[in-house]
Amino acid sequence: MTLDFASQADYLLALLPEIVLSLWAMLVLMVDVFQKGNRVEASRPVVAWLSLAGLVVTAAANGWLLTIEEAAVTGMVAVDSFRVFVNFIVLIAAALAILISIGYLDRRGINRGEFYALLLFATVGMMLLGAARDLILLFLALELMSVALYVLVGFDRRDPRSSEGALKYFLLGSFSSGFLLYGIALVFGSARSTNLSAIVPLLPSLQESPMFLIGAGLLLVGLAFKVAVMPFHVWTPDAYDGAPTPVTALMATGVKAAAFAAFIRVFAVGFAGIYNEWSVVLSWLALLTMFGANLIALTQGSVKRMLAYSSIAHAGYLLVAVLAANAYGAAAFLFYLLVYTLMTAGAFGIVIANSRGANELNKLDDYAGFGWREPLLGAVFSIFLLSLAGFPLTGGFIGKLYILRSSLEAGNVELAVSLVLASVISYFYYLRVVVVMYMRPAPAEEANRTVLLTGPGQLAMSVSAVAVLALFFVPGWVLDVAQRSVASLFTVPGTFFGLGP
Amino acid sequence: MLPLNAALFLSAILFAIGTAGVVVRRNAIILFMCIELMLNAANLAFVALSPYAGIDGQVIVFFVIAVAAAEAAVGLAIIIAVFRHAESVDIRNFSLLRW
Repeated sequence: MTLDFASQADYLLALLPEIVLSLWAMLVLMVDVFQKGNRVEASRPVVAWLSLAGLVVTAAANGWLLTIEEAAVTGMVAVDSFRVFVNFIVLIAAALAILISIGYLDRRGINRGEFYALLLFATVGMMLLGAARDLILLFLALELMSVALYVLVGFDRRDPRSSEGALKYFLLGSFSSGFLLYGIALVFGSARSTNLSAIVPLLPSLQESPMFLIGAGLLLVGLAFKVAVMPFHVWTPDAYDGAPTPVTALMATGVKAAAFAAFIRVFAVGFAGIYNEWSVVLSWLALLTMFGANLIALTQGSVKRMLAYSSIAHAGYLLVAVLAANAYGAAAFLFYLLVYTLMTAGAFGIVIANSRGANELNKLDDYAGFGWREPLLGAVFSIFLLSLAGFPLTGGFIGKLYILRSSLEAGNVELAVSLVLASVISYFYYLRVVVVMYMRPAPAEEANRTVLLTGPGQLAMSVSAVAVLALFFVPGWVLDVAQRSVASLFTVPGTFFGLGP
Repeated sequence: MLPLNAALFLSAILFAIGTAGVVVRRNAIILFMCIELMLNAANLAFVALSPYAGIDGQVIVFFVIAVAAAEAAVGLAIIIAVFRHAESVDIRNFSLLRW
């Protein structure tokens, strides 16, 4: 089927997954309210499972998008396989967040149906963000995602840390939205359109326009805030640390995936004509992020906070892929995003497993003996940490290899070298956790502590770990799909690199 | 009619005042007002540009107003939640989480 967007009904088809998920989120909210009546009590488990079912239905609708094509690449909403791939990653991130939240919310006494509804609305925002080909849709999608997340971060309002994280996230998040919006206004004024496909042909003449360049710069700052690139990262450790851990997992994976997809669509594809201008700024940001975040992560005593800095460092690696601005880079980006989502959400799941009561134990010492007490989860955590570090035998290694290759292909040798050096720094703090887990005996009173991750959560962690390993041994078909997915954005060279089929 | 440059200049000044306010002030409510000022500076720019760049500019303003209203609802609720813990909305008091 081909959509030409001549009639408004075409937009309903093009937005089908988002519409399904929005309606489903409202359904989840209603089911929860009707079940509870006017009693104040925890939500039933059915609400969580209903939300998961919504994600599955949305994934089916998303797969169906592959069967439709757009007549021209000018629509406000992109209908291409890049969007479908990003949507799948976002849906996986949301599903993992829901699976690890089962049980956890009860323990903290915040099991309310709104949690799941807001999580689904945030997911809708992320999906739209990956689809936006118009700067205004980009702004609306970003806000839909952010406003739902501000609430989710502060969801445990009795916990001062959660509220404080929410305040910092809210103030800096809306500050960055202001930059983004003013950037859009300036781009709109100079290009007379907010549609990226209308701006592309004008770029040669706009290259000299200070108004356009300032607008593009403000857009860059706004997006850099959202993907938490240094020095725009100041909200990240606080929001990640204060938020309930399933929300942290979603923020570190889904939000990053969606915002980086927007980065690729706006800068690597839309503003490719002014690559020389934005690549200078972004290269410095990438260098600062890779080294800065890894060095600060070394000093962290809390595992949750260390993982927050690790996710900032990974934003730097992903920026290297964006900076390649070619088909190799975009394919490497999609591949790495998938591995990153699995391993990061998995690592936060283990943080939940190793907590006691409503109290989250995040200190490094709390992991002493964890590997022997919980052999399965210990092994799984080791796989995630080694993959985050980029060790061979894990998907993270292959992902970094592809990013390096794409960076060399684009001639960014310094960035490739820096990526390797920064990864070496990161080995220290990832391996430190593994060492503590296996080499240091648990304190006597801790010996009988039971793990606090419910069955579905444990299953999700194990499947993610197996997937991370599988992406090392058989990366071919995922990379193949990723390569075909970027064909609508970049001209794909005849042969791709790597271990593809 | 007001010249375009004058309107854009005003919007740039408002945006700068908003940004400076966020950087300098320490009261969460004032910070929030400064952020609203930044959004409205962008609105002013959209409206001022719309005779030259197309009617889209005026439509966008309505979207931004709706988004700002949603942000205000959530933002004030967060500020109240924080006030219940700290009995203050001065952001210098919030240092449970650092580094």
